[in-house]
Amino acid sequence: MATDGTIRIENVTHHYRPPKGRPVHALDSVSLEVKNQEFVALLGPSGCGKSTLLYLIGGFMPIESGTIRVGGKPVTEPGPDRGVVFQHFALFPWKTVLGNVLYGLEHLRVPKDEARERAQRFIDMVHLTGFEDSYPSQLSGGMKQRAAIARTLAVDPDILLMDEPFGALDAQTRGIMQEELLSIWQGTRKTVVFVTHDVREAVYLAERVVMMTARPGRIMESVDTRFDEGGPGVMDRPDFVEKSSYIWNRIKGEAMAAVTAKAS
Amino acid sequence: MQGSSILSTFYRYSPLLLLALMWEAAVRTGVISELILPPFSETLTGWWALASDGALFTQAASSLKRAVSGLALAIVFGTTAGILMAWNVKIRTFLNPLIQMFYPMPKSALIPVMILWFGLGDMSKVVLIFLGCLLPIVVSSFNGARGVEDVLIWSARSLGASRRQVLWQIIVPAAMPEILTGIRTALAISFVLLVSSEFVIARDGIGFMISGFGDEGVYDRMFACIMTVVAMGFFADRLFQLFMRRVLIWRE
Repeated sequence: MATDGTIRIENVTHHYRPPKGRPVHALDSVSLEVKNQEFVALLGPSGCGKSTLLYLIGGFMPIESGTIRVGGKPVTEPGPDRGVVFQHFALFPWKTVLGNVLYGLEHLRVPKDEARERAQRFIDMVHLTGFEDSYPSQLSGGMKQRAAIARTLAVDPDILLMDEPFGALDAQTRGIMQEELLSIWQGTRKTVVFVTHDVREAVYLAERVVMMTARPGRIMESVDTRFDEGGPGVMDRPDFVEKSSYIWNRIKGEAMAAVTAKAS
Repeated sequence: MQGSSILSTFYRYSPLLLLALMWEAAVRTGVISELILPPFSETLTGWWALASDGALFTQAASSLKRAVSGLALAIVFGTTAGILMAWNVKIRTFLNPLIQMFYPMPKSALIPVMILWFGLGDMSKVVLIFLGCLLPIVVSSFNGARGVEDVLIWSARSLGASRRQVLWQIIVPAAMPEILTGIRTALAISFVLLVSSEFVIARDGIGFMISGFGDEGVYDRMFACIMTVVAMGFFADRLFQLFMRRVLIWRE
């Protein structure tokens, strides 16, 4: 498989068209480059089009104007080079955990025994050993999200697109999942685009936080959020706190704008 | 455990027993004339007479054959049409007015047409049942397929599935709960149409027996046949529910 997970977004403008009512200007000439193996968080007020941008990278919607290239090739449709993790897991409810993880491997035509082995490895990695034959409805939120992550990682995509993946989880599970994601990322070094509206989460997880404006979404500013040492302890350090509050202040204005725009 | 479940089944169906007792009592005491309602016990003996010479079962079997054929055809065409409608705008635009037009129409109104076109044999009943069962299945399959969340389709696509594979591997199973609910409705409709069409156009079958015994005034046997239809419908529905629970085991 290709190993170049560079994403180049140039001048992308997009309108969201609800089945009824006027089209909404969601993205306005967005340009952004995400380097191979980089972990970028997209941060912005709700409705700023950050998820839309992620879906466009995923190839789930046609691009109206501008271009998105992944590994040098223009995006036209979804593909296994870009794995996705959604907020509400999007597991196939009629398949077991194992069935879900095997799904992508079946499409890659991985021989049965090997697929089974590989699926098991990823199930073990996300600590779901023993739940292979459980259906998603039998799992907790955190376990569902782990299964979804295992399913995505099993096909070994160059890029991970994550749409508020921990937004539906309780605070404690969320903290654990963040640690697990970081260790997975350090182990596999995939390009990650992580959409969130949680400032601390963005600053903690990502190497770079890209802030977006309220609708129509534009890139507002890009902030380097690498710290010398990792681990959850970093969140108490002054440089972490300082960066977080800087980003929070930048975002706050946009969040206010989004709220007042909704009210009017 | 075993004992208590038998007991609870007994309690659940005790209203039926009560109804049978009231039926018997009402006729025996003369509250309801025996001329229009045979006592429950005589209905049972009538049933036994029909059952022991095998006539009841051969008639019921030929009825069942018609219902199953019509329903099976409706399942094949109905689910296909419903899912394709959800999948493709052109197909939807084409079929939608036809469906809206025929949906509220009572299909029994077509019985004379069926006689005209297909005669008195099996075909007329099978086609009628097919038509009656078709639309509920089309509509439920369409709604089921329409309601499949985008994120499921997107997940499948980004795991390497093609658009066509998504149809079979994602949309069909995701729509299955609604498809099966539609089929269950159709199953009930198939019995209604079966019996009413056999009243009018048939030379055998359980509906034909009901109207035949009615015309001859053999009411105990007529009621025996009616009860048989009730039982058939009940068990068919029960069996289908069991099947549904099996298929949808993943739902909690």
